[in-house]
Amino acid sequence: MTSERPHLAVIGAGPAGLAATVAAASHGVRVTLVDASAEAGGQFYRQPAAELRARRPQALHHGWRTWELLRDELRTHVRAGLVRHLSDHHVWCVERRRTAAGAGPGFTVHALLGPEQQDPAEVRADAVLLATGGYEKVLPFPGWTLPGVVTAGGAQAMLKGTLTVGGRTAVVAGTGPLLLPVATGLAAAGVDVAALVESAAPKAFVRRARALAAEPGKVAEGARYAAELLGHRVRLLAGHTVVEAHGAERLEAVTVAALDPDGRVRPGTGRRIPCDTLAVGHGMLPHTDLAETLGCRLDGPDVHADDEQRTDVPGVWAAGETTGIGGAALALAEGHIAGRSAAARLHGTEPDPDEWAAATRTRTRLRAFFAALDAVHAPPAHWTEQVTDDTVVCRCEEVTGGEIRAAVKDLGAADLRTVKLLTRAGMGWCQGRVCGPAVAGLTGCGSTASRRPFARPVPLGVLARAGETEDLEWNP
Amino acid sequence: MRSPRDLADARPGPAFTVTLDGREIEALPGQTVAAALWTAGITSWRTTRGAGRPRGVFCGIGVCFDCLVTVNDRPNQRACLVPLNPGDAIRTQEGTGHDE
Ligand SMILES: Cc1cc2nc3c(=O)[nH]c(=O)nc-3n(C[C@H](O)[C@H](O)[C@H](O)COP(=O)(O)OP(=O)(O)OC[C@H]3O[C@@H](n4cnc5c(N)ncnc54)[C@H](O)[C@@H]3O)c2cc1C
Ligand code: FES
Repeated sequence: MTSERPHLAVIGAGPAGLAATVAAASHGVRVTLVDASAEAGGQFYRQPAAELRARRPQALHHGWRTWELLRDELRTHVRAGLVRHLSDHHVWCVERRRTAAGAGPGFTVHALLGPEQQDPAEVRADAVLLATGGYEKVLPFPGWTLPGVVTAGGAQAMLKGTLTVGGRTAVVAGTGPLLLPVATGLAAAGVDVAALVESAAPKAFVRRARALAAEPGKVAEGARYAAELLGHRVRLLAGHTVVEAHGAERLEAVTVAALDPDGRVRPGTGRRIPCDTLAVGHGMLPHTDLAETLGCRLDGPDVHADDEQRTDVPGVWAAGETTGIGGAALALAEGHIAGRSAAARLHGTEPDPDEWAAATRTRTRLRAFFAALDAVHAPPAHWTEQVTDDTVVCRCEEVTGGEIRAAVKDLGAADLRTVKLLTRAGMGWCQGRVCGPAVAGLTGCGSTASRRPFARPVPLGVLARAGETEDLEWNP
Repeated sequence: MRSPRDLADARPGPAFTVTLDGREIEALPGQTVAAALWTAGITSWRTTRGAGRPRGVFCGIGVCFDCLVTVNDRPNQRACLVPLNPGDAIRTQEGTGHDE
């Protein structure tokens, strides 16, 4: 009887959520996998829309074999009635539910259906596992709001998910390991990639050579990308940064310049590169809204998780980039551990970590590797000097660098909340997800947990009726 | 030019027509509003509330809300998420989308 098995809700169908779902289901737990996208896969294994009928989607992917294994295992569990996959479900809140004394915690997952996100749906479960991944961080510079400037991950998502590119000539810029697959992906898809502009200097890699060399597979992956770029004749400008995007109504060119060893733009080194697309990113940030509303502790920007990937809230696990940025392989390992731990604990048994020792070793290695990589790929130390007073910083509310500086200098704001109240930066549609790091950097206030009440904008009618909707029938 | 669709060997069903401000453009089954507009060479479809500046896709995954557009008279839809159906009427969105 499936209905007597414990029930785990996994939120996010990326590498972490998929690995967790498969692991928990194979250990006798019913799983509801909830994801906003139409297809499973998350950011790394993002699939083209089914209707596009791509016969060779793997041409845009790395690690396709792992995806096939995960996808097939998911299908097997769905067919067996152990897993249901709710796609097109945008979760806006997870709530702890009061249950009968001694019955353990219970949770209600509140979601909105479909791309229009109007109609509500609720899932009740005994435990939840947050695998909501992350999103890209972009620091502002003059011209970054021009159409044609996109995030590096966004260019990748449009390419993998919709098989489209925004233009003919691209510059890929910023810092971090994501820039390599984005540049090679665009080049393979026929875009002329005029330059890959990475702010880290080669010397920074040399300084961390030991930590990086401890992960030879990852270094080889980087080398493969570098070779592909060479094959596509993409110019690599290391130790450079974009200082301005030019254009009237849309992007026409960018100016890039060399950085000195202190991370300052070297005067007189600017050069203009004509392009209609700029794919830019400065690293990633974890999605933590759902964890925050559940009251989970954060470590800096990351959801805190113990060795078993448990948060400090009983019944809530977290895995993948929501607990710290570290790529798909780390997300897989964490998801596996979280799924195994949740299964054991939901059965009321003490898990034996020896059973997932290999995943633990992978996790340890990859975390060390990404810590080293993170240090190499820090944004240029003096990036705020590029933010002129009339550069738009908060894209939603159109708040400029000058207004944000004035809030601190002239109006005496000493924390991000006050800056937000005085300037409206972070009050718009995206709720500061995009401008948060920039405002923190410009004001020197340091990022704080944002405490957004909802992970998605919610229609008022849905809020009023929350808790009254029927639990979704388990109907695999 | 080599296209991503060739690369992935995509064979979508027949294209259909949607309109952008009354002008006909082609869309493929499975394409989002943003994908169809990009394919038609259009990168901006909204102006901001304050300075009236043009905007289009930025994050591509539903996080930034820069790509807002009016679809079948419903303003503030995220073009990077909403899939198209035959006959859909897309309108460029000015200001809050409720300005007229
Ligand atoms: C736009 C983008 C593109 C990327 N492309 C690449 C790439 O090409 N190569 C690479 O090596 N790395 C890429 N990355 C990095 C990537 O995040 C990781 O490598 C990996 O996908 C992390 O796995 P994960 O399972 O932790 O999270 P993800 O893969 O991000 O999966 C999280 C899932 O949770 C879902 N989700 C989040 N919040 C909610 C909610 N409130 N309700 C419902 N569902 C929700 C999302 O829809 C998503 O499917 C990309 C990142 C981004 C942001
Ligand atoms: S491009 Fe960011 S929400 Fe659509």
